[in-house]
Amino acid sequence: MGSLKIENIVKSFGHVDVLKGIDLEVEDGEFVIFVGPSGCGKSTLLRIIAGLEDATAGEILIDGKKVNNTPPAKRGIAMVFQTYALYPHLSVRDNMGLGLKQAGKPADEIKERTKVASSMLSLDDYLERRPSELSGGQRQRVAIGRAIVREPKLFLFDEPLSNLDAALRVNTRLEIARLHRQLKATMIYVTHDQVEAMTLADKIVVLNKGKIEQVGSPMELYNAPQTVFVAGFIGSPQMNLIDAAKLGHTDAKTIGIRPEHIQVSSTSGEWKGSVIHVEHLGADTIIYLQTDFGPLTVRLFGEHQYEVDGILYATPDAGRTYRFDNEGQVIKS
Amino acid sequence: MAKTTTSPVRTGLVHLALITYTLIALFPVFLTVINSFKDRASIFRDPLGLPTPSVFSLVGYETVLKQGDFILYFQNSFIVTAVSIFFVLLFGAMAAFALSEYRFRGNTLMGLYLALGIMIPIRLGTVAILQGMVAAGLVNTLTALILVYTAQGLPLAVFILTEFMQTVSDDLKNAGRIDGLSEYSIFFRLVLPLIRPAMATVAVFTMIPIWNDLWFPLILAPSDATKTITLGSQVFIGQFVTNWNAVLAALTLAIVPVLVLYLIFSRQLIRGITAGAVK
Repeated sequence: MGSLKIENIVKSFGHVDVLKGIDLEVEDGEFVIFVGPSGCGKSTLLRIIAGLEDATAGEILIDGKKVNNTPPAKRGIAMVFQTYALYPHLSVRDNMGLGLKQAGKPADEIKERTKVASSMLSLDDYLERRPSELSGGQRQRVAIGRAIVREPKLFLFDEPLSNLDAALRVNTRLEIARLHRQLKATMIYVTHDQVEAMTLADKIVVLNKGKIEQVGSPMELYNAPQTVFVAGFIGSPQMNLIDAAKLGHTDAKTIGIRPEHIQVSSTSGEWKGSVIHVEHLGADTIIYLQTDFGPLTVRLFGEHQYEVDGILYATPDAGRTYRFDNEGQVIKS
Repeated sequence: MAKTTTSPVRTGLVHLALITYTLIALFPVFLTVINSFKDRASIFRDPLGLPTPSVFSLVGYETVLKQGDFILYFQNSFIVTAVSIFFVLLFGAMAAFALSEYRFRGNTLMGLYLALGIMIPIRLGTVAILQGMVAAGLVNTLTALILVYTAQGLPLAVFILTEFMQTVSDDLKNAGRIDGLSEYSIFFRLVLPLIRPAMATVAVFTMIPIWNDLWFPLILAPSDATKTITLGSQVFIGQFVTNWNAVLAALTLAIVPVLVLYLIFSRQLIRGITAGAVK
């Protein structure tokens, strides 16, 4: 009760193609995250699924039923917005109950479902308050509560954590993960934050310039990126992408190596570089090197002391480098 | 508010300028009010003098109220103004919602067309309007005035409200759509309450020219039953003799309802005017 199938979705605004043919399947109960840089079309895709935008071409099927012409309220979806989008003149209780009221559900049922949702999100003490009397985290919980009350087939989240501060973001992230386990509902979540994507998703969909770059589990994307874009997008600090010609390779265009897969030594190694900057993060130390072939980022675990301007030798771990061809596709070795 | 390093001299000068402007703006009103309480001789002898007990007289008010029709004139003005404001706000907000919310071919052009009326005075069309009203049999009705004033107020209303509607969060409207609200409910229940300050601004800008207008009542509805207060006051201005006591009293009385309406809207109004500036 909550599968989604998207077939060849195209969306154009005037002459600009925002989505250029998206095919995707989401299984019942899956937690799928759309991730990509701003302007890649991920939010537009979500809005098309919600029915807030019409697709220029293509089909959307929820539970096997075509919903292209079904209005948002009848699609069996619920959406959580970045700006919370609570009704400012309604109490928390009425905010959560409005959808059911519009659907003509009896008052008892509305009350019951609101109660279940509010206790799930520990909002019981705030039911009579207005949104303006709540903190940002509480507001987002109300927005999530409003979605839960509808008992939708599909939960849609549009960057729900972007307006929260760092600590709240972690808490709310855990809350959403817990809800997903508890409700076993299908969730589709849009974010530009790869940490959210990696920590929450069963399946990540990486979008770039209106196209799907790769679909896979977080670890698949990390360990086996199919394109140079995915390689650069997933992982922090970013993967080092080096012009292959400068390294003397002729069988590839770009060589990729993650910062955490490089060892350094002050005496010998494959690549020589001078230290530009060192960041001490406690658990990690990040070293920025300037080499003959350009900048190189190295991530070491634990605390290390290196002098700026000092000379270091870097060696990539065997079997951890990626090669990409002219089109940015990975070359299987 | 953060205190910046403004020198007291600068602040003083700013205040001086503002106070001067206020005095200039209020002086005619002040003159009207004080002279309405004086007898005829002292209005001419000492127009700037305050109504001291020796010259105090309510003769103007007595004349105005004895005239009898004045209550009716007030009522006419009030009906015309209130109904016009209502329609201007309703249709203005609806047009603004369509312009700001929906993408359709010719959206910008339509917006420009609707704003055109700000630049072209409606009085240029007086002859055509009169002909139209005659043909429609609406001469000497309040309906004629209401129609004209609604048309007169709409361009500015659409212009201001469109700007404000664009500031209402899309997410909120979309949340409403997902919860099954119709476009009408979204408009009336979500958007209108949020742009109340802008509505008050538009109401004030619409109300004052309508209340003060002499032109259209004189042309379209000069009959005794449909006179507005501004037109009604003119009966005291004759070709040879003008009953200044009565004119001033009538004008003073005419200020009161606008002032009351203004006070009602002003709390919202100030928020409306500053909202665009600080955000």
